[in-house]
Amino acid sequence: MTTQKVDKILDRWKRDPQYAIEILQDIQDEHRHLPADVLHYVADALALPVGRLYHIGTFFKAFSLKPRGEHVLEVCMGTACHVRGAPRILDALSRELEVPEGGTTKDGKFTLEPVRCLGCCAIAPVVKVGKDLHGEIQAARVKTLVKKLAEG
Amino acid sequence: MARIHLKNLDAVGRKHQKLLAGYKGLLLVCTGTGCVSAGGFVIRDSLQAMLKKRRLDKKWLVVQTGCNGFCAMGPILVVQPEGIFYEKLNEKSLEKVVEEHLVGGKPVKASMHKDLATGNPIPKMAQIPFFAKQQLVALRNKGIVDPENIESAIAMGAYAGLRKALTTMKPGDVLGEVVRSGIRGRGGAGFVTGVKWGACIKAVGPSLEHPERRPPVLVCNADEGDPGAFMDRSIIETDPHAVLEGMCLGAYAIGASEGFIYIRKEYPLAIERLEKAIAQARERGLLGRKILGSDFAFDIKVHRGAGAFVCGESTALMASMEGRVGEPRAKYVHNVESGYMGRPTVLNNVETWANVPVIVEKGGAWFGSIGTGDVAKSPWNGSSGTKVFSLVGNIANTGLVEVPMGIRLKEIIFDIGGGIPGGREFKAVQTGGPSGGCLPQSMLDLPVDFDSLTKAGSMMGSGGMIVMDDRTCMVDVAKYFIDFLKDESCGKCTPCREGLIAVSEILGAITRGQATEALLGELEGLCDTMAVSSLCQLGATAPNPVLSTLKYFRDEYVAHIRNHKCPAGVCKSLIRYEITPNCNGCHVCSRNCPTNCIAGEKKTLHVIDANACIKCGICRDVCKFDAVRVG
Repeated sequence: MTTQKVDKILDRWKRDPQYAIEILQDIQDEHRHLPADVLHYVADALALPVGRLYHIGTFFKAFSLKPRGEHVLEVCMGTACHVRGAPRILDALSRELEVPEGGTTKDGKFTLEPVRCLGCCAIAPVVKVGKDLHGEIQAARVKTLVKKLAEG
Repeated sequence: MARIHLKNLDAVGRKHQKLLAGYKGLLLVCTGTGCVSAGGFVIRDSLQAMLKKRRLDKKWLVVQTGCNGFCAMGPILVVQPEGIFYEKLNEKSLEKVVEEHLVGGKPVKASMHKDLATGNPIPKMAQIPFFAKQQLVALRNKGIVDPENIESAIAMGAYAGLRKALTTMKPGDVLGEVVRSGIRGRGGAGFVTGVKWGACIKAVGPSLEHPERRPPVLVCNADEGDPGAFMDRSIIETDPHAVLEGMCLGAYAIGASEGFIYIRKEYPLAIERLEKAIAQARERGLLGRKILGSDFAFDIKVHRGAGAFVCGESTALMASMEGRVGEPRAKYVHNVESGYMGRPTVLNNVETWANVPVIVEKGGAWFGSIGTGDVAKSPWNGSSGTKVFSLVGNIANTGLVEVPMGIRLKEIIFDIGGGIPGGREFKAVQTGGPSGGCLPQSMLDLPVDFDSLTKAGSMMGSGGMIVMDDRTCMVDVAKYFIDFLKDESCGKCTPCREGLIAVSEILGAITRGQATEALLGELEGLCDTMAVSSLCQLGATAPNPVLSTLKYFRDEYVAHIRNHKCPAGVCKSLIRYEITPNCNGCHVCSRNCPTNCIAGEKKTLHVIDANACIKCGICRDVCKFDAVRVG
């Protein structure tokens, strides 16, 4: 990530330490993770100890210190999804992608991530990929979903 | 766009109504998150294209609305003025609606909602049982207004409450109406809103010009974290101006000029619509300086939450608004005295704010007349108004419902919700999110209000209502909530951090059939300790799912421990999959089995190799002959 890009984000939030979380969210969106050098750069710019940014970066679910895959498969683990079989969907995806929960495939294409309730419980169980929601997913159908995503 | 003044608010509304009246009818397409995921935007765009092609776009107006509520049936289209309701639309059925209904004048029965019992089509939305028992206050504009068009909201009466306050009421009068309404916080704890506001006004100090006055802040909590709940998202996606107007009224009553909305990052559509609504309100002079041409000034900023359940807790929320991690603090000093940046802060939930304009417009007494108890005596003496619930889980009519307080659980689940699908049996209903509890069949007559639910060992919470059928294991559900909270505990205090780990381990042992009955006593002891010694309500209420399931479903715990059986067939260590003689040997299960552990010739009974079976359940999902049994 270039320093110009980080500067642009910092300026958007007026380099105000009060907006540290917002700044890191924009960096996460842009870069799919929080690279160590960027965290140090932001800490200097906001005059904050870098430990505080690591605290934030590891506390909130939106952040990742490791690069996430091209497609992040977010498996909703909300209650409605749970009672309609979300754990089985997560297991099936884990088998299909050959990665554990939270893992990224070797080719960097997919990250499998169990997430908190996405709030679209009517179509449970749900898998979210980017902005697309895939509702009423069945364990038997995850193969097709992964194949479709891999083909783009 | 010109700024709106007190005098011409009505004229702006009338102008839009006139514009709508110029059409033969309105085509209300639901574009809430549920319908969008089923293709709501595609339906909206195709409908527009179909109308244009037939030169009907001057005759019919396509209006994108927020969540209609009946999410299970998306994508949804309602044809006004008749109110004909079409569900589960696709391009083909939509084309038919355009041809036969809009052109031919004959409504299309095939795309109408069907009565669950008889299968007969129900043409009008108002006749569908799901809608019939609801009473809309917070969701008054649901499925009618375009959330991205401020005129559409004004035409339906938005900001009329604010005009009333600015022209005929003093700040104290607004507070008076809110106190009189008896409204209690819709976010979960159910604290009386009017009392909270009053305490904040006291903390702010003397008059506007006084040097010791501490400027207050308003915060709207849209960090809806309870799993299985989407009321706040839907209200914002449907009618963002209701929330903005409510906050303006709060600011007027309390004397605030600054407000924040803290919203989950996981709700991109809601954030987009909220930001559009704020921009439009600023442009039209409904936020910012000289609101509606008066001397009143108030503005709202949006904060995106970065994903932490504990940030729904007020002090944690404010810590994260200040750019720190969301760890709660002990509340010796309340937020109304010292909250965000040490300033007096009023924090209310989205639904609470959305109710305020109606309370001001129609009066607190009107609001207080809905619901249970007599709040005129004391706001703590009952639950007034309506409550929005997200009705989800193993239920036929999933969606968003708004009902008067005091309605019975069974009315919501069976009359509105249509009962349990697939001929299965009702087992439990879970309310209050991870802080709530599970209620059994015997409690279905319970009136739904703050105090009755708490007394029964659950709680109102923010309004998630998850229905569970007989295939749900209650020990597994308790473990699910505990694991959720274990993950989300901020770790600051020991009882919550360590207690949840210990409780999870015990529940894990039970689900694996490795526990003794003596452990149940230990479990209850741990729960009691957490309830009294945790720093914030996350830890203090965490035992509720365990305690309520122990209270109402103890026999299931005992079955796991004593008989090493999971009666619902969920806990993997205690179940095995078998194929029954119903099998006709179609090979579908064996083809889908990920471990290839199902053997059998075509048209002969198949057999599962229990040693190789990973209990993924796919065979049961795909079998069309109900031949796979879990024992």
